[in-house]
Amino acid sequence: MSTGVLQAKLWYAQRISAMVLGLCVAIHLLIIFYAIRGGLSAQEILGRTQGNVLLAIFYEVFILACFVHAPIGVANILQETFPKSSLARPLSFILALLILVLGTTAVIGVFTGGQI
Amino acid sequence: MSNTDLKVKVWRGSQEGEFVEYLVPRNPNQTVLDVVTYIQRKLDPTLSYRFACRVGMCGSCAMTVDGVARWTCRTHVSQILQGDSLEIAPLNNLPVIKDLATDMREFFNKWKGAVGFFKGNQTRHDDFAKVEPHSVERQLANAGIECIGCGVCYASCEVVESRPNYLGPAALNRAWTLTNDVRDIQQLERMYAVAGDAGCHACHTQGSCTERCPKAIEPTASIAGLKKLVAKAAVRGSKWGKL
Repeated sequence: MSTGVLQAKLWYAQRISAMVLGLCVAIHLLIIFYAIRGGLSAQEILGRTQGNVLLAIFYEVFILACFVHAPIGVANILQETFPKSSLARPLSFILALLILVLGTTAVIGVFTGGQI
Repeated sequence: MSNTDLKVKVWRGSQEGEFVEYLVPRNPNQTVLDVVTYIQRKLDPTLSYRFACRVGMCGSCAMTVDGVARWTCRTHVSQILQGDSLEIAPLNNLPVIKDLATDMREFFNKWKGAVGFFKGNQTRHDDFAKVEPHSVERQLANAGIECIGCGVCYASCEVVESRPNYLGPAALNRAWTLTNDVRDIQQLERMYAVAGDAGCHACHTQGSCTERCPKAIEPTASIAGLKKLVAKAAVRGSKWGKL
């Protein structure tokens, strides 16, 4: 695959993931309203969110959309800001990995209440 | 100096150089090109600049006037003058040959790079191709067809500045009109040529090209059309095949 075609595919992936993110952010705002009603402590929030499979699936989708969307954008910004460095690709890979691992850890943490 | 004189700072030199100030009499209906011509004919015959038709058809007289790329033959001094001074420089994003004349080779090579030229498969012995004037393709091609190749969009594009291999708005606009030319037979090659960060997908949609195009063309819209078409062709395929 030529570089141009790969970049066109990445562009497409970024647009589709942006659509998913738009929906996710809207739903996330509603969930925040639900989760903070009646107390802001971790225990109170976990009391309303822990063990909810739907919430876990939703946030994992949210993370996957971020995992696709953010690194492509960051790679573009780095490439244009520092055209002579070859940092764009490795840094965006690290960012992608961090979003996936830390995000998924957080979802598991909320789902299990940190029992694992 | 009379009250009606213009103070005109003109770029002299090539890549390295300086602005030199000239006093030019102010006339009614004077264009910026008239100002430059006056300097060259009356004040300093060594001034180099480029023009041909003087009526907005040839696209050769574009310059940076008060920091903005414009076609100078159709820009009246009265439209842009603030105070009594003008600053005239060569176009941005192109190497300067001398004074106000830039080297346009890269600009036109990029048209070629974007497969911005027509190739059909009919001969003079075939009947005329029939293109319905109200068809979607013809309408989309019409929107971008009047480009005169002046380079104003290219000089105004910030992506060209940060990515020197970016094809630029004029070449991509031409590619888009050809993409909508039902007689053309190079559609896949063209999509390969304009895909990715050297092509349409690098555009920031900032719209400086559209804002400044003297022919009121919208290269931003043409590039957006290419982005969608090419990305879909890469992922799902197109009527001409998959990339």
